[in-house]
Amino acid sequence: MSEAAEVLDVRGLLCPLPVIRAQDRIAGLVPGALLDVLATDPGTLQDVPAWCRVHGHQLVETQSCGGEIRIRIKVQ
Amino acid sequence: MATQVKAVALISGGLDSMLAAKVVMEQGVHVEGVNFFTGFCVEGHTHAIRKRRGAKPKRNNALWVAEQLGVKLHIIDVVEEYKKVLLQPKHGYGQHLNPCLDCKIFMVNKALAWGFMQDGGFDFIITGEVIGQRPKSQRKATMPVIARESGAEDRLLRPLCALNLEPTLPEREGWVRRDELFGFEGRSRKPQMELAKRFGFTEWSQPAGGCCFLTDAQYSRKLTDLWRAHGHRNYELDDIMLLKVGRHIRPAPHFKLIVSREEGENRYLEGYRKRFTTLKSISHEGPLCLVDGQPGPGDIALAARVVARYGQGRNAPVVTVAAEEADGRRRELRVAPLTPPEIPVAWHV
Ligand code: SF4
Repeated sequence: MSEAAEVLDVRGLLCPLPVIRAQDRIAGLVPGALLDVLATDPGTLQDVPAWCRVHGHQLVETQSCGGEIRIRIKVQ
Repeated sequence: MATQVKAVALISGGLDSMLAAKVVMEQGVHVEGVNFFTGFCVEGHTHAIRKRRGAKPKRNNALWVAEQLGVKLHIIDVVEEYKKVLLQPKHGYGQHLNPCLDCKIFMVNKALAWGFMQDGGFDFIITGEVIGQRPKSQRKATMPVIARESGAEDRLLRPLCALNLEPTLPEREGWVRRDELFGFEGRSRKPQMELAKRFGFTEWSQPAGGCCFLTDAQYSRKLTDLWRAHGHRNYELDDIMLLKVGRHIRPAPHFKLIVSREEGENRYLEGYRKRFTTLKSISHEGPLCLVDGQPGPGDIALAARVVARYGQGRNAPVVTVAAEEADGRRRELRVAPLTPPEIPVAWHV
């Protein structure tokens, strides 16, 4: 069973808004917390991981299926 | 142990702000970047909308720069606050609707405020400005205006042209060594190229014109048209986003058509089906069209003829176009596509 993660729904938003929303949500999360970002803009596949790298958060996994994207981040 | 000096760098994604941050980092200062999303940024959106197929989505240059520099980048949504900057610029506009001087003042002020709010605070602000680089906003006379009106005063350091300006607080306090800063001036990009080479940067983005759509003549024309049609100059994020997408055709003052030009735009406009009347040819392949404004019954028939002209049925005698209202009510119109001369140039916004 997967661990419980918070969900951030940014479907329909275009970059950089998904990144901004993820960043703002993560600011309120404790280290170790998981955040699932649900998105539709393919740009998030590039921008969210880049944002995680510069902030040192861990990208747990990325799924892309039928135009829907799910990116799981572990807050560091 | 001496306290770590910290600076906030405005990162646009271009070369100058990248170099400015690097120059200060080289002096042992802790740097973090901020980047502001005004809604008019060339970054992100349009790349995401257009040409999705094939080409992989374009990277966010500000994030890419942060990665090259090894600094944190905070992207800040200023869409709402930016309206005041655009609608009432104290210092006026540049060549188009770009309120560059007010925009810089605003961004430096936001960076300053952001720095104050962080744990431990930040000591000064860095920008990549170069005197004479841009005719209106980056002149010697505007530099002190930005420093003063942003509230940053002498906590604003421009590492690339500092030698042409009075020493700032970070220089006087010895947080940075003035003799390791630069005196770039004018429109030449050569000194920047050389500095980039020195730092080992081999790649950077060069947005033509500027960092945002407001420097673009066509975009500014569309925005002016939108304001005229709405009867006021306010706007929502969706309004200004839609100006970046599709062909904009205004057959009459009370309605406008937004016709997608390719698949990515088609998909983007699909997201607005529940808010606009939409038109699409069903007898032939064709673009999706949003109808913005208050069209009358006859207007929809005309709009359908315009839409038919941009589809595969453009040479057919009759094309069937589905018109769907925002509430889902749908009807079909059989129309003759307009010929190119029947669409006056003046209709193109
Ligand atoms: S080009 Fe746009 S973002 Fe850049 S300073 Fe001018 S108004 Fe601001």
